[in-house]
Formats: sequence, structure tokens, C-alpha cells
Amino acid sequence: MATPSDVSDVPATPAAPAGSPPKRPGPPGAPGADAPPVVPRRHVGRLLSAAAALLVLAMVLVSVVRNEAFQWEVVGQYFTTSAVLDGLLLTLWLTGAVMVLGFLLGTLLAVMRLSANPVLRTLSWGYVWIFRSTPLLVQLLFWFNIGALYPTLALGLPYGPRLFTVQTVNLLGPTLTAVIGLTLHESAYAAEVVRGGILSVDPGQTEAAQALGLSRSRTLRRIVVPQAMRSIVPTAGNMLIGTLKGTSIVSVLAVHDLLYSVQLVYNQNYRVIPLLMVATLWYIAVTTVLSAGQYHVERYYARGTSRGLPPTPLQRLRVRLTGLRARLHAVTAPGGR
Amino acid sequence: MTTTGIAAAARPPAVEVHGVHKWFGGRRVLDGVSLTVAPGTVTVILGRSGSGKSTLLRVLNHLEKPEAGHVSIGGEPIGVRRQGNRLRELRESAILAQRSRIGFVFQNFNLFPHLTLLDNVAAAPVATGRLSRQQAQTLARELLTRVGLGDRTGAYPRQLSGGQQQRVAIARALALRPGVILFDEPTSALDPELVGEVLSVIRDLATGGTTLVIVTHEIGFAREVADEIVFLHEGRIVEQGPPARVLDRPEHPRTREFLSRVL
Repeated sequence: MATPSDVSDVPATPAAPAGSPPKRPGPPGAPGADAPPVVPRRHVGRLLSAAAALLVLAMVLVSVVRNEAFQWEVVGQYFTTSAVLDGLLLTLWLTGAVMVLGFLLGTLLAVMRLSANPVLRTLSWGYVWIFRSTPLLVQLLFWFNIGALYPTLALGLPYGPRLFTVQTVNLLGPTLTAVIGLTLHESAYAAEVVRGGILSVDPGQTEAAQALGLSRSRTLRRIVVPQAMRSIVPTAGNMLIGTLKGTSIVSVLAVHDLLYSVQLVYNQNYRVIPLLMVATLWYIAVTTVLSAGQYHVERYYARGTSRGLPPTPLQRLRVRLTGLRARLHAVTAPGGR
Repeated sequence: MTTTGIAAAARPPAVEVHGVHKWFGGRRVLDGVSLTVAPGTVTVILGRSGSGKSTLLRVLNHLEKPEAGHVSIGGEPIGVRRQGNRLRELRESAILAQRSRIGFVFQNFNLFPHLTLLDNVAAAPVATGRLSRQQAQTLARELLTRVGLGDRTGAYPRQLSGGQQQRVAIARALALRPGVILFDEPTSALDPELVGEVLSVIRDLATGGTTLVIVTHEIGFAREVADEIVFLHEGRIVEQGPPARVLDRPEHPRTREFLSRVL
């Protein structure tokens, strides 16, 4: 008989519960139990390629772990220092703020772009055109030097009296400048993501809502956007991860984010590699959490779109463990068959 | 189904179409259509595809704006109001309020896939502020039971067959207690064995005295439920009358040609 791993790709009958082990010759009472058993094909090539890939992976891992230059003890030493954690916190805060503000502005831009008003449509198009056509770094440098363009900012009526005037450099610190610069750039991309999502919803949905007397804004909020989310979420998740890593660009503005914080440390002690490793591991950790979150948000918005959703990895694991425990129990129990 | 001699004279017509013209780009789709539908009657619109049937129906609840002419439902002009001797376009909210008094059932159901059946039916009465959430859900349960889906209120539309979905769509239209219900080829997207269940729901409405305007290709059904048959050809009504006359003794050559092909 073949080993279980050999037959794991043989599809179990769809009716079988998800956790039941695929290999169990002839469940009792199954039709055709007396038919000759089918011996699964052996996948020799697959085994060999898997072994080769695992060998390469092991070699890489060993070289990384045993390479003294990585200085893993230094990594451990700095991994949770307050300077690094403060940097991580600012990176998370920046990512969250930019994502929320960017998508709020982006949604507004998308609605403008899809509106019947040609002026709003053109303005939205122009905004997206400008902010997607210039590199983020260039935009950030512009915002950082905004004080040269507009030395003072004033609050007042258009062409009327000024109520309140402030020096631009005093109002806009590096962090606020970073938030503004990143948000404006992000919103141009978010606008396209949201617009694509709205366009992906069947126009019949809007028509049905109109025929029922639902207002435009309610139709958008209750009918169109919830369905658009299905195509928005995967791209937005992608953007969120991109933004998390993209915030590292603000280190050029001397904003104390994760990357800049480790740079400050290694500029003093010259342990460049282990400190970059600290930042890398934190970025990976946060991205992993975000990916898991995205999976579950996607499932939420997938409700009603198919006849049944597949179980989550956690549910699958639980079912598998229950099945394993039952089998163990059957083996160990006296007189168990 | 009911004969409406005296009652109709007392009440305004359920639907009045006054010289409606509609173009799509350079193509004329409706060419001066005028039509009167008496309250409580069933009118079936027949015609080849592309003859303007669906457009006419969509003009009735202002999903399409006619370029000329106008429509009145229950004596009230739709999408416009009279001011002196001209018609002024209404605000969006006023048009929406008018639409909510006209039921519309789509060929492709257009149910909201992310909402349960209960929420699909209860959405409009809540959104238009007519009923509380609680009342709307009670009504929705009642209506779903009436179309034979009282045990599936928590299901999502995609978990149902086409025929079941169309029955939900009818329940959704009924939730606003419309004076007129418009059906745009309600069985054209269905497998033949599912057509019957939808037609039987529409038949119940017809005998119940609701004013119905139906675009369909089911000639047998039209003969059974219609008080009036309207035959549309190239955006014009070429023949109109009770089924016994239009279907059995058609006068216009286009009607004869159409019937010989579909019967």
C-alpha cells in the first residue's frame, strides 16, 4: 500500500466530511465495496523534486544560521529595545493613518470620477494623473520643502480677511508632512482601486435599487459598496502591505520610523547587518499578521457569493486534529478495530 | 381578470402613456406610443425582440427618460410636474418616491446577492421610511411565505434556483405595496421547468386585482391572464385589444407574422 502522502492529491469524494482521511480502503457499506481496490499511482518525479528543493532550502537555512556575520546575538539584543519599538509604533501609526485617510480621499475621488458632473469627473482624473505620474520620493521632498513655496499659511475667507496666520514650518513637522505626502499619493491609487470595485458591480443592482426608490447615497452605501468590497479588499490588502513597507521611504525625511530608528543605532555602533535584520524581521512579522487579517476580511465580504465557503485553515486544522485524536483513540483503546 | 366597466370610469387610469418618443443614440426605439391601462387589469405587451417592449416598460417607472411625451401612473405624471402648460423635471428624491409606488420585476431578478432573502424584501420599505425594521421583516416573512419561500428567509439569493429567485424578486416588488407592477420578461432567464412556478405567482396577483403590465413571450400565459394585449412593432403599437381578438383574429400583418412564428 502507498503511504498517505502519496495519495493526498487524490480528491476525496466531495460528500466526505473535510477532515476524514482520504485513504481508507472502502468505507463500510460504500457501494462497490467488493470491487477490486484501485492502487494509487506513485509519483516518483514529484518525490525527487521535493527532496531536491528541501535540500536547497536546508543549505540556505544552515548558511544563514551559521554565518557569523549575521550576528544573531546582536539581533536578539536590539529586537525589543525601546528605540526600535518606538520606530515600529510610528511605522504602524503612519501606515494606519495613511491607509485610512488615503482610502477616504480615494473613495471621494472615485465617486467624483463616476459622477455625472463633468467638472468633478475631470478634476478627479487630473488629480490621479498628477499624483501617479511623479515618484513618491519626489512628492515627499516637495512637501518637506513646502515652506519655501508657501512660507505662511492663513485661515480666512477666500480673498477676504485673514483670521489666523501661521508659519508653515512651525505647523508642519516632519511626521505630519510625511502623513500628508503619503496620503495624497496613496489616495490616487486608492481612487483607482475603489473605482474598479464599483465598476465591477452589475449595473442591474443599481437599477433594482432605483426601481425600489432607494436614494443614490443609500444605493452606494448599502448595495454597491458592500459588493464592490469583494474586489476592493484583495487589492487594498496588497496596498496596505505595500504602504507598510513604503513608509520606510520617510526615513529620508528624518522621520523616526522603524527603518530610521535602526539606522540611528547602526550609525553609532556600525553593526549594520544585524540591525537591518531587526527591521526586516519586524516588517515580516507585521506583514504576516496583515495577510491573515486580509484572508478573514475577504471571507466576510464573500458571504452570499457562493453556495458555501471552504473552511479556514484554522477550521481545517481543528477538524484534522479531531480526526487524528479519534484514530489514536481507536488504536489505543482495548479491543479497538 | 376582472371587468372594470363602472369602477374604471370613477378612478383615473392606472397607467397613461402620452405620445412617448425615445431614442438611443441615433436609433428611434419608441415612436409616439400612447396607451391607457385601466386599474385592476392585466396588460401584456408582445413584440419581437428590439421592438421597444422593455424600453416602454422602463419608461413607465422612469428608469429611462423619454425624449418626448410623458407617463402618468394613477393620474400623477412620472418624473415631471405640470407647471402652467409645461412639464418640469422633478427632483431625484421626488422621482424615487414615485418609483417606490411602482413595482418592477427584472428579467435577471437583480436580487441583492449580499443580503438574505428577508433583507432583500425588507430593504426598500425600511429605506423609504415607510416601515420600521421590525414591521418590514414581518411583512417580508409574510410575502416570502406567499410566494412559497417562507422556510428560506435566511438564505442568500445565489443559494436558490432561478425560479425561486424570481419569486423573491416578486415578493420584493410587493413589499412596497405598489399600485402597478411591471414585469420585464420575468421568465426569459429561466429553465423551462421553472417557468410554471413564477407564472403561478403572477397569476395569483392577476386574479387578486393588482394592475399588471407584463412583457413576455409566453403566449399561452398571455391568453390566460391578459385583459388587453398590446402588440409593439418598431416602437409603435400596431394592434391592441382583448386576447381573443389580437391572438386569434389578428388584423395587422406584423402581428400575424409574429404569432405564426411563436405559436
